[in-house]
Amino acid sequence: MAISINDLNNLQMDVLREIGNIGAGNAATALAKMMNKRIDMDVPKINVLEFKNVSDILGGAETLVVGILLKVTGDLTGNIMFMLDIESARLLVSILMGEEASKYTDACEFNEIEQSALKEIGNILAGSYLSALSSLTNLLIMPSIPDLAVDMAGAILSVPAIEFGKVGDTVLYIETEFAYGPSVVVGDFFLVPDIDSYETLLKALGVTN
Amino acid sequence: MEKLLKIGMAELDSACHPCMLTTLGLGSCVGIALYDSITKISGLAHIMLPSSLQAINNSNTAKFADTAIVKLVDDMIKLGACKSNIKAKLAGGAQMFNFSQSADIIRIGYRNVVSSKEKLEELGIPIIAEDTGGSYGRTIELYSDDGRLVIKTVGHGVKQI
Repeated sequence: MAISINDLNNLQMDVLREIGNIGAGNAATALAKMMNKRIDMDVPKINVLEFKNVSDILGGAETLVVGILLKVTGDLTGNIMFMLDIESARLLVSILMGEEASKYTDACEFNEIEQSALKEIGNILAGSYLSALSSLTNLLIMPSIPDLAVDMAGAILSVPAIEFGKVGDTVLYIETEFAYGPSVVVGDFFLVPDIDSYETLLKALGVTN
Repeated sequence: MEKLLKIGMAELDSACHPCMLTTLGLGSCVGIALYDSITKISGLAHIMLPSSLQAINNSNTAKFADTAIVKLVDDMIKLGACKSNIKAKLAGGAQMFNFSQSADIIRIGYRNVVSSKEKLEELGIPIIAEDTGGSYGRTIELYSDDGRLVIKTVGHGVKQI
């Protein structure tokens, strides 16, 4: 049975929001450990958007963003993507590598080590998010190695949007804000279960229709 | 004054001359630009999925290559375009992420392009230019004065087809 996002009731939305909260909380802890810094986190916002408005996420379809995508296999199949704007990505890289933020004028340039660092950040964030989900649901959830793309927000968002497009006309995503001192890192998680996995997920959480 | 129409994801629109139709940040989606050089009527669709037949919810015709093209051609004819004059240009259909496993999600851009071409061929609309594939996003602009399609990218330059 396929479930459309439009059909989700308030309770189910609440449960998904709570998953986002726990998942992102875990991710923030992992990030703090990795960086050995204090990381603050805002309560995640769960958003449902129509396709035509999707590209407004993170400031417009042509804004440069970093997307880190992992495939999910196991009891739950699908994809998870973590997306953040270029400034946030630069900041994370510089904190992680203990350097001054690199001063490329061409913002889309990340060198190989920086790209690898970003993938690792995505890996840890998505991994801890999924492990929270896994222990909450008792489902086996295995993430793949991460892949990275730096491009226009619209182009990167088309990847999860297309997956959502198979079941409905809206995209569900969880917006998280991490803060490190005065600097704020804004990132969005897109957990995109395959069509059949929605049922599995909601059932495991005890909130089927 | 030239009219500027912005087409979002899973939307389509058409207009009479003078106009400029644009869609921002095409990734695996495909932008289908149709142009009648006699009446200068232009149309642009931003499709996400190859076929309405494989989808559970296919109420939005602009979302799928097969239904969007039919709708767009109809709309243009209503505006006064002649079907036999309509020519097509395609852009988009990139593969944004490079996974080694060739799952569905990976090849979706390619399948969007193939499906668009099939439908255009079925309707007898020639494809005179395309800029598809690759691994980068595109912003496209269709100008009604001469039907040129300007493609902008990040790090891959600007081109005109």
